Amino acid sequence: MSTDTSTATVAAAQACWSCGDMRAAQFCTSCGKVQPPKPVDYFTFFGLPQKLNLDASVLEREFYSLSRKLHPDIYARHESQEQEWSLEQSSRLNDAYRTLKDPIRRTEYLLHLEGVELEGQSKAATDEARKTGVKKQIVPPDLLEEVFELNIQLEELRVNQKLGEKDPGLVEELQKHRAVLGSKFSALFEELKSYWNEWDAIADSSSTEERRTVRDKMVDLLNRRSYIRNLVRDVNEALEN
Amino acid sequence: MTTDRIVGIDLGTTNSLVGFMQGDTPVIIPGEDGSNLVPSVVALDESDKIIVGNAARKYLIETPERAVYSVKRLMGRGVEDIQEELKLFPLRLADDFQAREVLRIKLGDETFTPPEISAYILRQLKRNAERFFGATVSKAVVTVPAYFNDAQRQATKDAGRIAGLEVLRLVNEPTAASLAYGLDKKQNGIVAVYDFGGGTFDISVLRLHDGIFEVIATNGDTHLGGDDIDNLLIRIALDDIRGDLGADVSRRSEVVAAIRKAVIEVKIVLSSQPSAKLDIELPDGKRYQREITRQQFEELAAPVIDRTIAPCKQVMKDAGLRPEQIDEVVLVGGSTRIPRVRALVEQMFQRKPHTELNPDEVVTLGAAVQANILSGGSDATENMLLLDVTPLSLGIEVAGGVTDKIILRNSTIPASATQHYTTQVDGQANVAIHVLQGERELAKDCRSLARFDLKGVPPMSAGMPRIEVKFLIDANGILHVSAREQRSGKEAEIEVQPSYGLTDDQVESMILESFDQAEEDFRQRQVIEARNEAQTILAALEKGKKSPAWGQLTTDEKQRIAKLERALREAEKAEEHHEIRGAIDALNQGTTRLAELMMDSAVTTVLKGKNMDETDLGEGPESPHPVAKAEFE
Repeated sequence: MSTDTSTATVAAAQACWSCGDMRAAQFCTSCGKVQPPKPVDYFTFFGLPQKLNLDASVLEREFYSLSRKLHPDIYARHESQEQEWSLEQSSRLNDAYRTLKDPIRRTEYLLHLEGVELEGQSKAATDEARKTGVKKQIVPPDLLEEVFELNIQLEELRVNQKLGEKDPGLVEELQKHRAVLGSKFSALFEELKSYWNEWDAIADSSSTEERRTVRDKMVDLLNRRSYIRNLVRDVNEALEN
Repeated sequence: MTTDRIVGIDLGTTNSLVGFMQGDTPVIIPGEDGSNLVPSVVALDESDKIIVGNAARKYLIETPERAVYSVKRLMGRGVEDIQEELKLFPLRLADDFQAREVLRIKLGDETFTPPEISAYILRQLKRNAERFFGATVSKAVVTVPAYFNDAQRQATKDAGRIAGLEVLRLVNEPTAASLAYGLDKKQNGIVAVYDFGGGTFDISVLRLHDGIFEVIATNGDTHLGGDDIDNLLIRIALDDIRGDLGADVSRRSEVVAAIRKAVIEVKIVLSSQPSAKLDIELPDGKRYQREITRQQFEELAAPVIDRTIAPCKQVMKDAGLRPEQIDEVVLVGGSTRIPRVRALVEQMFQRKPHTELNPDEVVTLGAAVQANILSGGSDATENMLLLDVTPLSLGIEVAGGVTDKIILRNSTIPASATQHYTTQVDGQANVAIHVLQGERELAKDCRSLARFDLKGVPPMSAGMPRIEVKFLIDANGILHVSAREQRSGKEAEIEVQPSYGLTDDQVESMILESFDQAEEDFRQRQVIEARNEAQTILAALEKGKKSPAWGQLTTDEKQRIAKLERALREAEKAEEHHEIRGAIDALNQGTTRLAELMMDSAVTTVLKGKNMDETDLGEGPESPHPVAKAEFE
């Protein structure tokens, strides 16, 4: 998914187009009217720092309260210009909320702001990459052995299925692998949280070196994560057939 | 003064309704025949005049080739989507129909697109509302199945435009139902809405939070409804008739129509009785009779009813909820009257569903609530806000015929996504984008929404242009696309070829083509306006009778006014605006002296030092005489 790459600048308070008072970013704190949209990043939209630990309940409360100010329903009887702004502002609000409330999407978005584009991880993209051989996914080193064994077993299962044979032992093996992958997958989330803490601690510092180190750790982790997810998907598919 | 009233409309597969918010309560507006439901049937009578609703039903049996129903199933669809419908419904495509064009259905010798047919139903509802209010109605909230795709939504909006209604919002039917239920409950929690209608099925899960109705997930099937159960019963009857009576009547549309009517009656009876009798008179004087027990019926209907299970499971998975986390379940749609459907819902959600509100009316009541919210709200709807989702993922076709999803299903709308494109060849001026809707991985398995051609890309070497395309799904669930070449800052021109819809020009021409209908509308509006004026002058006269000036009139004058007043009250009942206007003018003439006397006494009062407001003259615009009115404005 590609998103707006505009730089993260906090919108300076400007005068409301309608009542002239100073206002907050999306709507006028004085008269309540929707304001022309500004190209700010999702964190700034919610008035949050670019940090990864965030209080979901605060985010939710803010989402509901901004929805009441920006939703097109509220502007149904207003001028078409205001309706247009409300449509843009509330779509931005929904996009931002959807991205920030999900821990993985939030991390990916922050990395995107840091200039990292993660590979497309959809099944179609992976299949396409495999087929054309353009981009080979690199097997994470700690999974090499696991993946090697798993691929042989998957191949065996597919041959069995083609011949209409059943091998309960093989199925059991694959289920075991799936369980191992599953626990690795959940462990990764805990690891990710520790990087969040590292990031949040240095987020305000200007040392690009430090930022890059943490950033690369998160990129590496997300790549491992999607690799495992694809593996689990392959196993699930093979077992369902 | 005319208030800009917004009505709520349920444009249903089987029945359509219109409602509005009366004070703090949403109510249904009945038709002239007193019925709340307008059957979604449109027919062309012997003189090629359009007939809608109950009056059109007899044509279904008598001249099925001149009538159409369940047109909602055809909205926003291509001919390849409706093969099943063509087999089971008495539908005839236009003789000169081309594969890629918008469906055109034959009624008599004329052809109509589904949005036009729906527009006739909407126009009827509009008229019913105008008769009820005595004022024109031009704005509406219209409901659609939650699982309707972009083309189906666009087609519904087009129908509104053709009917002369500005559709301010398309609301998803299950969401509307939750508004109707939530109005007096005002509690927080998770609600599932199971909406099984005549032709569509929806399941939505919402979170209610201090007046915010937030849809978490939705799923459904726009080709699944009570009609499908009817079709199973019809097949049995047709087989029986062929077997027992040796007559193949399946191609005789008037007989099939009669069988359909009979099986629907049986279906309804079986919701409350253990058995019912099918009794059909055949054209050759023979009779087909068959006793059907509820058990037989339920066994027959089970495969159709069970098709609602998969969407329910998917919606729970998408919402990340287990059945025991659902606080309330609400039933919507006529098909939820079937006991087996209720049992299934109870079993799936482990909870007794709500059925307090009439399942045929609840969606309209909710649409009326939303109409009230859009018109600025009232005490009853204060703080209420609906946050709905898009039911299907939006994607674009990328290399290898693969769908790249850019807005995922169940995203809160409005929602947007931005994509960047470039050129493959030096100097390339156009870029083609294929937009899809659906969950499948391959473009060919998804629904094609439209092909966009970005034109006028400034000439640059291949790969140099950076075209930013913004996809935005609005609060109606309808897609908008805009594009800009970022290096030159030029807005790219977008040429849209909707895969299943009417172009703007086509819709425009349909509005013009229905001019004969517009004339009828105009006539009605004139009657309504004349009646309003009559009310104004009669009210002013009542005030005048209480003023001191009244006492100054002679008995003769008073009697003359009374006579003119009676004449106007009589004329008001007429459907002829000239008659009403004539009576208004006569009363105006007859009250000239009364108006003058009232003015004199008002002037005298002022001279005596009293305030104008304290006189009994009333407000300027309401005084009984136009001359007097002008003086005081």
